[in-house]
Amino acid sequence: MDTIRDWFISLAGRYYDAFITEQRYQYYLEGLLITLEISLIAIIIGALIGILVAIIRVSVVNIKGLRWIGIICGCYVNVIRGTPIMLQLLIIYNLIFTSRNTNEIVVAAVCFGINSGAYVAEIVRAGIESVDKGQAEAGRSLGLNANQAMFYIIMPQAIKNILPALGNEFIVLIKETSVASIIAVTDLTKAAQYIGSRTWDVLPPFIISALFYLVIVLGLTKLLGIFERRMRQGDNS
Amino acid sequence: MITVKNLKKQFGNHLVLDDIDETIEQGEKVVIIGPSGSGKSTFLRCLNLLEIPTAGEIWFEGNNITAPKTDINQLRQKMGMVFQQFNLFPHLTVRQNITLAPVKLGLMNKEAANRKAAELLERIGLREKADAYPRQLSGGQKQRIAIVRALAMNPDVMLFDEPTSALDPEMVGEVLELMKELAESGMTMVVVTHEMGFAREVATRVLFIEEGKIKEQNEPKAFFDTPKHPRLKEFLSKVL
Repeated sequence: MDTIRDWFISLAGRYYDAFITEQRYQYYLEGLLITLEISLIAIIIGALIGILVAIIRVSVVNIKGLRWIGIICGCYVNVIRGTPIMLQLLIIYNLIFTSRNTNEIVVAAVCFGINSGAYVAEIVRAGIESVDKGQAEAGRSLGLNANQAMFYIIMPQAIKNILPALGNEFIVLIKETSVASIIAVTDLTKAAQYIGSRTWDVLPPFIISALFYLVIVLGLTKLLGIFERRMRQGDNS
Repeated sequence: MITVKNLKKQFGNHLVLDDIDETIEQGEKVVIIGPSGSGKSTFLRCLNLLEIPTAGEIWFEGNNITAPKTDINQLRQKMGMVFQQFNLFPHLTVRQNITLAPVKLGLMNKEAANRKAAELLERIGLREKADAYPRQLSGGQKQRIAIVRALAMNPDVMLFDEPTSALDPEMVGEVLELMKELAESGMTMVVVTHEMGFAREVATRVLFIEEGKIKEQNEPKAFFDTPKHPRLKEFLSKVL
């Protein structure tokens, strides 16, 4: 009986040290803030790049003079999807942002945005191609040009189709930002490492920050569920 | 109004339209019949360049629409098209379906377009459906709204690509009725269909297309009563 009690007390003590002692929760919260900051900027950059690249790729297929733009976009998608995010981060950090006063958070956010853009581009492209060809034809037959048909007819339907996949990509992105700690960004993961190095007990802080990620992701999942239901309700009214 | 010269269309090695010459005058109601795969739908879709011809010229209201410099979007505004699968926009209400193109193309302001939509819906007895979404409508209602959507652009000619083929039998009548009214109002129409009754009753001219060629054409009575080409005789004996 006593051994079990002692075990619980020591476990509680370890977590107390990892979270409360010396107000260490501040490190997690600061790290959380940075993780969210990087994720948010990256999601916005990724969505913009992704939608743009997807539209370019489906539009230039039939235009002879502009095919090279499509090829460039294809290369971008293949290179980004074909290499590890950690190396992309190191390459961008060391190759481009070599000056001393670089803001690591911005570098990380831009890098994750560029990375996410490639995945979003493929998701959006699949969404655009999932809309029946007759929709574009109906729009064009009314005299709309290709851009108007894309903007008013194809995209609204495509977005609705890809929302679950897009939400999934954002969730993956948030978790992937944990890699940013290798370029000295003090995000949630880095905060855990730092506290572990202070307490000489690495497991509790890792588990605590894992819980933080879990809460963010579950919250986002819930939010996306509500959003999807809203969009479907629009159909029924 | 529409003149087709030496029109050819090839998909890969497959020649779908083989050197077609045809003229459609204002006010004509031309019905095109033929076995499936004969090229009749492709011919219709070439008229507003949904299919790009491999060779040949198409003239519409004095413009060569196959010339590279032609603004096809401008000309398509004057050529309404109705599809087999309706192709209503599912994310928009009936009213928005009808007003989207006129408003976005700057032909009407929103109020005028809404008034026009209400007027057109009144004409087909579906005014109360203005705020409904396409998925809440029956097939016949969808197709009639698709016709009205094309009419909202005030087209000079209406192209129909098998407008009743995807409908349940009991809904075919209401769509044909609307097309008949349209014909009586003087609209120029080109209709690809399998509805021989409609062809006989409404057409001013019937074309028989087979293997990418117009094998025979005539006014409907002579066309159906005294067909000359052996393939047409065989075709009619099967469908009538």
